[in-house]
Amino acid sequence: MNSHFLIGYNDKDTFLHRLSGSTKLIGFIAFSIIGMITYDTRFLLGILTFSLILFKLSKISITEVSFVIKIIIAFAALNLLMVYVFAPGYGMTIYGTQHMLWRSPENYFNLSWEELFYIFNLFLKYTFAVPLALIFLMTTNPSEFAASLNKIGIPYKTSYAVEIALRYIPNVQRDYRTISLAQQARGYEISKKAKFWPRIIGNAQILLPLIFTSLDRIEVVSQAMELRRFGQGKRRTWYMEKQFGKADYSSLIVIFLIVLAGVALFNVNGGRFWNPFKH
Amino acid sequence: MKNKENNSIKTVVATGIGAAIIFVLMKFVAIPTGIPNTQINVAEGFLPLLGAIYGPIAAGLAIFIGHTLNDFVTYGSPWWTWVITDGLVGLAFGLAKRKLDIQSGVLSRRKLIWFNIYQIIVNFVAWVLLAPTGDIIIYHEPAKKVFLQGITTWIINSLSVAVIGTILLVLYAKTRTKRGSLKKER
Repeated sequence: MNSHFLIGYNDKDTFLHRLSGSTKLIGFIAFSIIGMITYDTRFLLGILTFSLILFKLSKISITEVSFVIKIIIAFAALNLLMVYVFAPGYGMTIYGTQHMLWRSPENYFNLSWEELFYIFNLFLKYTFAVPLALIFLMTTNPSEFAASLNKIGIPYKTSYAVEIALRYIPNVQRDYRTISLAQQARGYEISKKAKFWPRIIGNAQILLPLIFTSLDRIEVVSQAMELRRFGQGKRRTWYMEKQFGKADYSSLIVIFLIVLAGVALFNVNGGRFWNPFKH
Repeated sequence: MKNKENNSIKTVVATGIGAAIIFVLMKFVAIPTGIPNTQINVAEGFLPLLGAIYGPIAAGLAIFIGHTLNDFVTYGSPWWTWVITDGLVGLAFGLAKRKLDIQSGVLSRRKLIWFNIYQIIVNFVAWVLLAPTGDIIIYHEPAKKVFLQGITTWIINSLSVAVIGTILLVLYAKTRTKRGSLKKER
């Protein structure tokens, strides 16, 4: 059921693996924010190419991530279809011109170059961060993650909560599977064969034990942490923290320049959209 | 003072483990409703309980982290407007902690009805007002599409909280010792 879930840290020796987690985190957040705001096709294409090159450099094999990529593409396609069905003329409203491909603007369903271009832009926005996210997930040691969060200014208690989440996901998953098997052995059917209500009841029978054991676990873990005097100091040092090296500083400069280029394009275009139709 | 420190550790742990549970529920426990791409989100139903026991910060952060991680591994990158909205919903549920006072072991019908009205309003503000507006402003998506998604999510999440959330609250309250249940023997 969850053999595909195994995208996770994979220890290799590449430039990206050696970079500090903080640098990668800053890069990912910076790119995803600028990419979220901008509608400049040239910039989005550039950043997509850049992230694909990085993906190549990270030596992640396609087979490792093919399943995830298929789901992402299916999700993007469905979303784009919805965007089209609900507002087929939206592209023309944004770009202010009408270059028709099929039927006239009076019909509800019509197709214009503007709409196609708008949808293409959306597609870029949905996908450009995917290679970056995969790189981030697969080249950063989860144990280093909390240290990175703390380093970029997130309070250490919050960072620690994220760390606990990453640490306990496999445990909760295992609990879930054990409880599910036990309940199925008692006769609750939860597969697709079951009808709607029996399936809901079956799922609820898993949910209750899962949540109540987890609440117990919260008690145990917090008592253990209290015994080890967690939260006494104002700051915390991290065993897995990586010191910034030359590569980190130069990467940060590159990230900064790319974001600056994105912001500069807002001025050049006079807004978030790059409009190739206005000539 | 001592008690306060213990609570802050508990909040940290509850946030972390809560996020892990939310992640697993979002990823693996989906009950299809029959309409394609709409499923009853069990994770939302767990949120009121987390909020009622550990308060707004734990619930808000837990759903924020859980949702972000889930988006990461499912869609490649988080859909920030919805992630943030979900965090605010968690925060709002956590604010009901004092009013519900679940640790007292008594959860009257009146409190439950109050909570359900509250959660429907919270979900309405979040999914019909905030999330779609964010999508329009930040992602520039067509209004009709995001409002349809928002309204569907509002209905599904409210139902999920009303059914699963209420059941969990009631069952948890039953495990608590009732206040004043012990009497001094004469």
